Amino acid sequence: MSKTDQLVQKLVRKHGKTRNSLMAVLQGVVQEERYLSEDAMIAVARELDLSAADVYGTASFYTFLDTIPRGKNIIRICKTITCHMKGKDEVLLALENMLKIKAGETTHDKMFTLLTVNCLGWCHKGPVMLVNDEVYTELTPQKAIEVIEEYSRK
Amino acid sequence: MDKQIKKVDIIFQMDEDCNLLDILDKALAQPADDIILDLIDSGLKGRGGAGFLTGLKWKFTKNEDSDVKYVICNADEGEPGTFKDREILDKVPEKVFIGMAICGYVVGAKEGYIYIRGEYNFLVKGLQKKLDNFNKHLKDRNLDFQIAIRSGSGAYVCGEESALFESMEGYRGEPRNKPPYPTVAGYNKKPTVINNVETLVYVTMISRLGVQKFKELGTKDSRGSKVFSVSGDTPIPGIYELELGMPLNQFVDEFADGDAKAVQVGGASGHCVPRKKFNDTIIGFEGIPTGGSMMIFNSTRSMYNVLHDYLEFFTEESCGQCTPCRVGCQQLLKGIEAVKRGEKPPSYLDDLKKLTTTMRIAAKCGLGQSVGNPFNSIVDNFREEIIY
Amino acid sequence: MSKYLVNLKINNIPVSVEEGTTILEAASRINFRIPTLCDHPDLNVAGNCRVCVVEVKGAKLLAAACATPVSEGMEVFTNSEKVRTSRKHIIELLLSEHNSDCTKCFKNGNCELQTLSSEYRIGDHVFLDLVKPKDKIQDISSPSIVKDDSKCIRCQRCVRTCTDLQAVSALAVINKGDQQKISTFLGKPLNEVVCTNCGQCVNRCPTGALTERSYIDEVWDAIYDPNKFVVVETAPAIRVALAEDLGFDPGLRVTGKLVSALKKIGFSKVLDTDFAADLTIIEEGTELLTRLKRALVDNDENIALPLMTSCSPAWIKFQEHIFPDLLNNLSSCKSPQQMFGALSKTYYADKINIKAQDMVVVSIMPCTAKKFEANRPEMRDSGYQDVDYILTTRELAMMIRQAGIDFEKLEDEKYDSILGESTGAAVIFGATGGVMEAALRTAYEIVTGNEVPFTNLNITPVRGMEGVREATIKIKNVKPEWSFLEGVDLNVAVAHGLANAKILMEKVQSGEANYHFIEVMGCPGGCLGGGGQPIPTSLEIRKKRAEAIYAEDEGMPLRKSHDNPEVVRLYKEFLGEANSHKAHDLLHTHYKPRKRY
Repeated sequence: MSKTDQLVQKLVRKHGKTRNSLMAVLQGVVQEERYLSEDAMIAVARELDLSAADVYGTASFYTFLDTIPRGKNIIRICKTITCHMKGKDEVLLALENMLKIKAGETTHDKMFTLLTVNCLGWCHKGPVMLVNDEVYTELTPQKAIEVIEEYSRK
Repeated sequence: MDKQIKKVDIIFQMDEDCNLLDILDKALAQPADDIILDLIDSGLKGRGGAGFLTGLKWKFTKNEDSDVKYVICNADEGEPGTFKDREILDKVPEKVFIGMAICGYVVGAKEGYIYIRGEYNFLVKGLQKKLDNFNKHLKDRNLDFQIAIRSGSGAYVCGEESALFESMEGYRGEPRNKPPYPTVAGYNKKPTVINNVETLVYVTMISRLGVQKFKELGTKDSRGSKVFSVSGDTPIPGIYELELGMPLNQFVDEFADGDAKAVQVGGASGHCVPRKKFNDTIIGFEGIPTGGSMMIFNSTRSMYNVLHDYLEFFTEESCGQCTPCRVGCQQLLKGIEAVKRGEKPPSYLDDLKKLTTTMRIAAKCGLGQSVGNPFNSIVDNFREEIIY
Repeated sequence: MSKYLVNLKINNIPVSVEEGTTILEAASRINFRIPTLCDHPDLNVAGNCRVCVVEVKGAKLLAAACATPVSEGMEVFTNSEKVRTSRKHIIELLLSEHNSDCTKCFKNGNCELQTLSSEYRIGDHVFLDLVKPKDKIQDISSPSIVKDDSKCIRCQRCVRTCTDLQAVSALAVINKGDQQKISTFLGKPLNEVVCTNCGQCVNRCPTGALTERSYIDEVWDAIYDPNKFVVVETAPAIRVALAEDLGFDPGLRVTGKLVSALKKIGFSKVLDTDFAADLTIIEEGTELLTRLKRALVDNDENIALPLMTSCSPAWIKFQEHIFPDLLNNLSSCKSPQQMFGALSKTYYADKINIKAQDMVVVSIMPCTAKKFEANRPEMRDSGYQDVDYILTTRELAMMIRQAGIDFEKLEDEKYDSILGESTGAAVIFGATGGVMEAALRTAYEIVTGNEVPFTNLNITPVRGMEGVREATIKIKNVKPEWSFLEGVDLNVAVAHGLANAKILMEKVQSGEANYHFIEVMGCPGGCLGGGGQPIPTSLEIRKKRAEAIYAEDEGMPLRKSHDNPEVVRLYKEFLGEANSHKAHDLLHTHYKPRKRY
């Protein structure tokens, strides 16, 4: 049995073999594997007795339940109005240059995925980004680069 | 005339003399019907934005004949410009728990859930610890009510209550047809009270301070105070608890940078008020209601960009199931782009305004129904900025 | 529990309806039609297209008539200014994300969006064109169904059909906002997912987003080819439905006109799948009795019971995907279509002195899955692809129109012989429960020498539209060689629609049910409700088609498959006896497990 299958079984045991557990199970997989692979969605479908399309359809509704491969660290830069006003374009550009990828892409070494997302709920402290679950506020291009450099070293 | 805006300290107040659990004990000693009567009397309306009377919501749910009922705290705070619930859950989560427990006691629910947006995942660990502790207190009191946390995963529309239920049930967060309403068929199709984070804290604090104290604040239609999330062109962005019913000009005097040309009240789905209307705009249910978001724009800002950002947001965050919202949002967004580029005449904006009327009355949920608010208020007040 | 009556007014006309009735239904009672797109009588309420919005006095919002129950004192306006403006907007919005190349569309003339657009005279598009170029690339991977996302209006009827009616869930709604669409798992081509090709989604798609893969041109080419001998066979359910696509009401039987039209189109011979249905009964009935004997007398543990019918290719593929451990329960009999094909290119070709390679077998089917079935590699026992082209009832109607045939004025004609004779038992294959009834008529008589103990041979307990039906038939006064069946209660069950099949299979798997024989048809109502039948469909329409089928049966001189003289002759001249070696070679098949995920 693959690692993914084991993970899914563990999550299903924890949260229960019901449809109501679907979100928690998917979140658990993403927590461990950063995204929902085809195998992971199939494993979830099998364990919860759902169709694979149904699992995919549900997952793809939610921005944080990625169904395409993601890097080890996912950077999500808020693109909504106040972060926009306070300079998220510059922050994004700085990180694009630093990582040599465009928003939506993943670095070759699979260390970073750079995404823009809708409001993260820190409008008074924009620009803001999430790296995985950690939040970084009042960014400048320089500060953002420093944060990401820190992650590269980890 | 009192030009000073009235700042209030109820939500975040840390009352040295009062053990928070005493508030719970006091409530549990009261008959459930009395608590409902108090809440109705207080005039407390939902702080998520829609403004339904909290006491009535509880009453309807209590009156439903069902063995299983739920209390849900809506912490899917996703409205651009709103960030108060995060602060509340971070600083005074016990007040939220208590509000939920009181609700559980009143309506006869055994399970409570906090649905917190995925963007606030970093809060969950700490929150869970406090919750475990609180659940123990509930058990100690033999109250048959326990609270658990459920996380969202990045979908603005899940803040719509029936979409939130769908999400908790493991489905796409698509709003349901109404009726039935949550008080009749909510989570798992059972009677459910779903309240905003802030509303639940006010429940706790009304229980603590008494109805009178709460009613002294605000106006006839907008009782009490409210937590505001202030952002944009302001030297002092942040979270402020203010009395409801204030005129917008007072707010601007207090918070703006002296060059405000517009304030977006109520987040992306709210209304844009231009400078010339600051004086006669009241912040409250009788004027412009708000979930607490106040975004200030100064004269350097392009209102086209502001509107464009909002429309892009709705285009992406619409659940996509109903036609007026899914396609309407795209048409509004592409429409202002076309006008800007000169591919459509300025009069096309009027066609789009008519479309927003259809969206307002024919969309399935509040998301699609409210996209016309920013569109019309920005197009009406800043038409030249949209066209040229 | 009796329901309260609710009084309301619609367009100022008072009406009283039962509590729980929707505004849509209430309006139809007093003959106000409210347009709908996402609503469908076979499906759960969605309320997402919003074209059915109506104004309710005192309400700030319009209400979706399909999703809003009536309430006491309600005053509804179905065509107020507000309603009309909104409705028109909504149609315009749908058109703006719809690839409106109507003149080139397969559904041209039978598209609900087109009808609505024409009713509301949506002329020049007010709004911008939002069709995404990548959505214009059709999925033609399936031999049965074509998916064209550029025509999709996101009403989700297909998803509800695939999930709720069919329990397949090959289709789902994915993404949100402007990216929302209908998709398979990870957007895989239809031929790589659990799709059973049942075509029920096609039956309910209001536009041209889901259609059958059409082979009309290939069939015309064959007809025009002077070197080809083109044989056509028609399934039982065609004769009770074809007329609907040619402008007649549901339930009209047009067997004779159907034959006449096919002859006028230019087919070399017009034959009847019903012949092969009678043959199926002999083969499958014998298989049932053999299995029963080996299980009950020889105690052979390798014999799988209950025996399950195998006529429905969507059901077969469903079973291969979802219940692969029950494949041994499926009858090894090919479907009538495939039996017919295998015999056409062997026995029949010999009889009429045509080389098999010069013969083209076309079958007219109420089914889209048949197109897939004919392409299965197992279906080449004649040495050639046994059945070359499958046309749906709808495609045949198109050919009739293309040929300029005035269908109404056609004289009745008779099927050619041989392979044209059939019995009433074969006709009822077209209705859910029909194979069961036909099999019982024959099996009971083989075992007892007497007719089934039901008035006029009508085994009513297995008829009807209930999703799962059960019956028990006591076998009495058996012939000596069947003594082990004396007094046995033969337990049978019938299911139609794959969601019902799933319920039944779960009962079989758990051991909760103890059946000997199960009939399953993949489509609601059986073949008469097949994915290739005229659109629209509803329970009411399917009931009318069923009535017509049973009327056709009652009108036949022969009503038991074993009485079919051509079948008797076939065994005598060619096959030997039922389940003979030769019969196995040509008329039986095997199944393969497929991945569910």
